[in-house]
Amino acid sequence: MRQINIHPAWLRATHWINAVSVLVMITSGWQVYNASPIFPALRFPASLTLGGWLGGALLWHFAFMWLLVGNFALYLGLNLATGRLGRKMLPLTPRLVLRDLYAALRGKLAHDDLSHYNAVQKLAYLSVIVDIIVLVLSGMAVWKSVQFPLLRELMGGYDRARVVHFFAMSFLLLFFIVHVAMVMLVPRSLLAMIRGR
Amino acid sequence: MNLKRKTGPQAQAELLDAESIIKDARRELAAPMRRLFGKRLLTLGSLSLLSGCELKDGNSVNTMLQKISFFNDDVQGWLFDPKKLAPTYPESMITRPFPFNAFYDIDQVPDVDPDSYRLKVSGLVSGKRIWTLPELHALPQTSQVTRHICIEGWSAIGKWGGTTFSSFLKMAGADLSAKYVSFQCADEYSTSIDMPTALHAQTLLTFTYDGALLPPKYGFPMKLRMPTKLGYKNPKHIIEITVTNTYPGGYWENQGYNWFGGA
Repeated sequence: MRQINIHPAWLRATHWINAVSVLVMITSGWQVYNASPIFPALRFPASLTLGGWLGGALLWHFAFMWLLVGNFALYLGLNLATGRLGRKMLPLTPRLVLRDLYAALRGKLAHDDLSHYNAVQKLAYLSVIVDIIVLVLSGMAVWKSVQFPLLRELMGGYDRARVVHFFAMSFLLLFFIVHVAMVMLVPRSLLAMIRGR
Repeated sequence: MNLKRKTGPQAQAELLDAESIIKDARRELAAPMRRLFGKRLLTLGSLSLLSGCELKDGNSVNTMLQKISFFNDDVQGWLFDPKKLAPTYPESMITRPFPFNAFYDIDQVPDVDPDSYRLKVSGLVSGKRIWTLPELHALPQTSQVTRHICIEGWSAIGKWGGTTFSSFLKMAGADLSAKYVSFQCADEYSTSIDMPTALHAQTLLTFTYDGALLPPKYGFPMKLRMPTKLGYKNPKHIIEITVTNTYPGGYWENQGYNWFGGA
């Protein structure tokens, strides 16, 4: 019997490249944040940051932004072009999310079919896609607040663009933690993302 | 490998060994998923180990990052719109007190004597090369309230007054087709900018802050103010301006800050 791939090769490749670039962007971003914390009480431990100092972290950040954006554009483009996004993520209604969330909390949400996402997964995956878009746009507003006036005003000015960038990072981090925890609960999903089935 | 045929108890023991090995192998083959999982985890693990020691300190990695930073200079040069203006603000929005920032503490701010001060203009210029302060103060003056954005992330709004840098360059007979304008400062700071930014309408050679003579902590006797660039690109206590086609770098740029530093 021929085994059906749950995840096509392009999806697995873009997923892992995204994972690496997101980790580099977050850890170098924390080093940049530490140079002038938005919330004085919050600093990231140096051992978790990348770059060694502000200048080094910015070199990483502004190098991997190209990988993140290029890879993300490829991921989104192929998802749309192949129709995979709609097929995998829809239908999605608040009712379905509540139903699956309730089932998950009672421990009754089945994971036997990895090719099918439950509504909570769909919501999480779509949200993180939107979140990365917000991260990139707010990052562009911080990076080039004079050259991208529309983006700057959309974010509510330079200072607020930094805050938007920070909270978009926080959401991505939260997603990452829950995502990895779920993978540990269902290790087969890690295998599927590596070898496709 | 020893292919010689053996007999006796020794051969029997080897046969048993072979059987158990085959049994083990069969069991391993029965669990391909687990095997693969472990193998790949190991690969991921070693990858992350690699990033721990080699990626951070490796010279080749630094070279690659620096190359991308130079590429980012080109991208920013291409993105830079000479006609696009940075936002200006009402005076009521000025940040008070405006933060002091330098690579040294406030008690080490250089003490420049206004009487003996001379601004030197060098490199690809055909006009006046030595300027006194009264001569500079006599130039047409304008002022603007703009946001100063620091590479660290914070920003502050301030009001700087002085003469438009593009008209000063023209007056000094600078070669406006040159690539760079570089600055040497009394505090041994240095930086350099691209010609399009030097000619931008909001790039001012400033002598005042908030309507008063520029105090030492903000860069007496003059600061080049560019709201289109990050703070470290705005030199204070300037003593020499050079127009050149040779990449001049700068104090922070030579340590890894991006050269273009555009906002």
